[in-house]
Amino acid sequence: MPESILFYAWSGLAIVTAALVVGQRNPMYSVLLLIASFGALAGLYVQLDAPFVAVAQIIIYAGAIMVLFLFVVMLLNAPQEDHAVWDRTHPLRQPGVARWGILLAVLLVVQLASALLRAVELGQQTKGRGDVDVISSVRTLGHVLFTDYMFAFEATSILILVAMVGAVVLARREGPSL
Amino acid sequence: MIPLNHYLIVSAILFGIGSAGVFMRRNLITILLSVEIMLNAVNLTFVAFGRFIGTVDGQIITFFVMTVAAAEAAVGLAIVISLYRHKESLNPDAFTSLKW
Repeated sequence: MPESILFYAWSGLAIVTAALVVGQRNPMYSVLLLIASFGALAGLYVQLDAPFVAVAQIIIYAGAIMVLFLFVVMLLNAPQEDHAVWDRTHPLRQPGVARWGILLAVLLVVQLASALLRAVELGQQTKGRGDVDVISSVRTLGHVLFTDYMFAFEATSILILVAMVGAVVLARREGPSL
Repeated sequence: MIPLNHYLIVSAILFGIGSAGVFMRRNLITILLSVEIMLNAVNLTFVAFGRFIGTVDGQIITFFVMTVAAAEAAVGLAIVISLYRHKESLNPDAFTSLKW
């Protein structure tokens, strides 16, 4: 079963690298590990017959967004939380929101996993439905995007414009040198 | 074929990791990265459901989520840069002057 081996390899890689992102003290390594995690997710998308999403994942996420993060990490040049702060603020040693937050996160995973494991019929009913050629073709994707989702598509362009202006205004240096 | 459950469980674990990161990390950049992990977990759910229902809508919503993630990263990082200029720190505990 090469298919399931691939699935477990990709998902294991995605989960391990995501956990390392959160556990890492140096943001530089966090960003690089997150790129690996996104690559593994792209592999999962290929297995789900969504090759275009996989390519967009690599190009947009790993190529654009993560480079932006990397750029900011290098620009700020404040790579480490030092050991003292790390020890003092270690989530398990601290009362209040940090400790309860991680507890809630674990609880969330347990609940979701148990609910999904019990919902066996979810896997059986829908198994194998859908025409692979239609789903994975870029032609169908473009057609649906530019007809059914036209309004959302246009609204997205306004969102990007607002985000661009917002980023420029926020990161601008105040002063007469403009 | 891998059943839908497996994809959803992977997505749930990723979402849990992301939310744990938001709660437990004390670094603004890592918190933003954890938000990106959560968005990606949801993307995986969308694509998996779309595949098993047999439509492309899941993939298209994934594109919109990617766009929103890019906008969020741009604005969020701009805020991080301007905060860093004020306090020379990335620790969110340093920015509690707006706290009640």
